[in-house]
Amino acid sequence: MQNDNSKHEHHVTGYGTYILVWLALIALTSITVTVSGIDFGMAALGIALFIAAIKSALVINIFMHIKFDEAIFKVFLLVSLFTLLVIFILTFFDVVNR
Amino acid sequence: MSQNDHAVTANDQHVHRDDIGSKMGMWLFLFTELLLFGGMFLIYAVYRFQHTELFKLAALELDTAVGTLNTIILLTSSLTVALAITALQKGNKFLSILNLVITIVFALTFMVNKFFEWSVKFSHGIYPGSEDLTSKQNGEILFFGLYYVMTGLHGLHVVIGVALLTYVLVLIIKNKITSENFIKLENSGLYWHLVDLIWIFLFPLFYLIH
Repeated sequence: MQNDNSKHEHHVTGYGTYILVWLALIALTSITVTVSGIDFGMAALGIALFIAAIKSALVINIFMHIKFDEAIFKVFLLVSLFTLLVIFILTFFDVVNR
Repeated sequence: MSQNDHAVTANDQHVHRDDIGSKMGMWLFLFTELLLFGGMFLIYAVYRFQHTELFKLAALELDTAVGTLNTIILLTSSLTVALAITALQKGNKFLSILNLVITIVFALTFMVNKFFEWSVKFSHGIYPGSEDLTSKQNGEILFFGLYYVMTGLHGLHVVIGVALLTYVLVLIIKNKITSENFIKLENSGLYWHLVDLIWIFLFPLFYLIH
């Protein structure tokens, strides 16, 4: 991908890849629903968010094509996620210490 | 750089097109969406932290089965919109149209489920400002407030997504979006995946608290 030609070197994801990702997403959904029925106490929220994060990574990387796009899109994504993380941390720093 | 950088029309005129620029614009827009919903998730996080037990109690009112069904519907619609893009890239216009139509049908099914879900809540007297709800404890009122605002705003995005995908579908049928020029389809697909992403987090945070 040395050339910045956007139209003729476009990465085409195969049907099979998408279907595999979809199967994984459905499997993770059934896992998260099943696990929510078990009492994990305080860990339950962490487990649910961890599974949601894996599902998001699959959607963003494969469905949204980030894995195959130019590096600048990954930079964009990391900057915005980092911004969100900072906002969460600073807010909780305030809430917890009130 | 090569001459292929410019799309050549039938009249051999060069038309400037910047697909990466278009996609960049779309991603920047998606990040504003991320911050919009991020702010709401932040409010949810703080109130859940302050009212952990009441959030659990209030969440018992929600129907996990409907939530799970809607999750599967949205995940599948994300698959079909992705397949629609691949199909068009491979020059299979019919398969692309078919997948887009399925995506739109799934999106509408999602909204129908949402309608019935909300109707049941309303019939139980749980809606913003209702007597039953305002007589509950603060944590429960906050939970349902966030539930209606967040799933409501998400639902609005689903409706906008349907409009966007329908517009793109018409352009494909009219050959305005082709296997050589599909950035509008790709960007609409990105928007649709974002709607799916938001739901991936809404689902466990509202429906799976036990």
